[in-house]
Amino acid sequence: MSILVVADHDNDTIKASTLVTVAAATAIGGDIEVLVAGENCGAAGEAASKIAGVSKVLVADNAAYAHAIAENIAALVVELGPNYSHILTATTTTGKNFMPRVAALLDVAQISDISAVVSEDTFERPIYAGNAIATVQSSDSIKVLTVRGTAFDPVAADGGSAAIEAVDVVTDTGLTTWDRDEIVKLERPELTAASIIVSGGRGMQNGENFALLESVADKLGAAIGASRAAVDAGFVPNDMQVGQTGKIVAPDLYIAVGISGAIQHLAGMKDSKVIVAINKDEDAPIFQVADYGLVADLFKAVPELDSML
Amino acid sequence: MKVLVTVKRVVDYNVNVRVLSDNTGVDLNNVKMSVNPFDEIAIEEAVRLKEAGTAEEVVVVSIGTSACQEQIRTALALGADRGILVETDEDMQPLAIAKCMKALIEKEQPGLIITGKQAIDDDNSQTGQMIAALAGLSQATFASELVIGDGTATVTREIDGGLETITVKLPAIVTTDLRLNEPRYASLPNIMKAKKKPIDTYTPADLGVEVAPRVKTLKVTPPAERKAGIIVETVEELVDKLKNEAKVIS
Repeated sequence: MSILVVADHDNDTIKASTLVTVAAATAIGGDIEVLVAGENCGAAGEAASKIAGVSKVLVADNAAYAHAIAENIAALVVELGPNYSHILTATTTTGKNFMPRVAALLDVAQISDISAVVSEDTFERPIYAGNAIATVQSSDSIKVLTVRGTAFDPVAADGGSAAIEAVDVVTDTGLTTWDRDEIVKLERPELTAASIIVSGGRGMQNGENFALLESVADKLGAAIGASRAAVDAGFVPNDMQVGQTGKIVAPDLYIAVGISGAIQHLAGMKDSKVIVAINKDEDAPIFQVADYGLVADLFKAVPELDSML
Repeated sequence: MKVLVTVKRVVDYNVNVRVLSDNTGVDLNNVKMSVNPFDEIAIEEAVRLKEAGTAEEVVVVSIGTSACQEQIRTALALGADRGILVETDEDMQPLAIAKCMKALIEKEQPGLIITGKQAIDDDNSQTGQMIAALAGLSQATFASELVIGDGTATVTREIDGGLETITVKLPAIVTTDLRLNEPRYASLPNIMKAKKKPIDTYTPADLGVEVAPRVKTLKVTPPAERKAGIIVETVEELVDKLKNEAKVIS
């Protein structure tokens, strides 16, 4: 079997989600090749060649692949696809964007967001916001999979010495042009990479009150998240959302502040190693998943916590 | 411009789903079914385009059992003009849905297709992208803003870490994210009016589409349960537990 992992990268470095995807590929077993498609992405290609367990790195370096335009990336992967038994990428907004196009153009199903590998054609994946786990089997000749970022332990980023090969397939469909990005400058770790997350919900009452969480987060080296209720209320931007429709996280410590624990929020964080809930409503469902619950007014408890760190 | 909107019949988002004890699936008996929330956002966006004079007609499509008519009626009550039901009892997976939609796009020739970014039952997030691929159209997924231009649409997308703005050639597929709009509620007069709006029915065979499932569900199990935690009385106790018992902070 030969497996293609489409790398998640920023042209200079390989993102941690790629190491998780390679781990899933390793669990399937076979020859693992990594595709790095981008513009001026040589450094990312070099980094990919050092990933443990990778036998070959394909680098497609062209303006058509800048900004991961789905139509163009998909056309490239479809061109390479028939050489492989499995095509994998991370369940990121980039992977979710281009991968179903790949599957459709190869006339195969995609299995989204796999959380475990049972065998080469059978996988587990969460459904209904993680309230059920489906074990599914693909009958297609090529298995197209996206991999849940929290489900596999990442492989080592170094130790490998894969050959690097340039790919000169260039497809610019001309269907989509990129205009601009507005990336929030993070002074803290990224949500999906953080080992500690402090999250606020509707109980925060407004966006300004998130400053309380920021102070705690800075002392803990934590990322800041939010529930959908806090995002819907306009307290904070959507990229901070943890949940079924936001980011799926599994840090060592998740501190939920003023979050009631709606099903769709729990879906995004209940695999965290240790969960702390601070909520004044003792009946809030968040306490059912919390390892440590504190029934208290967050506006008293959070400053107190801050002063003790 | 004609706008095609897709709606999926799903378990209502307020329902706490239970896995069947024989592990064949989740319990759907007497469970409230609704329009997938992201598809409600898609309907709203299409209706707003019509109200703004950008779109002339909003056509809503659902694919599944005859019960999906209920969700089509909901969309008609929210302002869609007519419905299409592709009726089948088959387990319709995203690739098969996309093939049906490709056939309908050829028939209807819409200028824009709006779908939800994911359905809250299977959480696949595939169908819009697959429709775009098969129909050879551009796609703008996870949209939080949509501006129709001259033969193009400029779409702001929710991506990891922030926002991205792209311009796609029309016709295109747009999939909706949460902040695109806030869907309205249907008024009683509009619910009554919706009963008279037409719904055309096809079968996948009418559309020349082979819909046999490619993925077989072997079993469905409940997720691993977390062991019960404890309630601490004070912030001091909490910090002590985190430092000395859980050892997650120092």
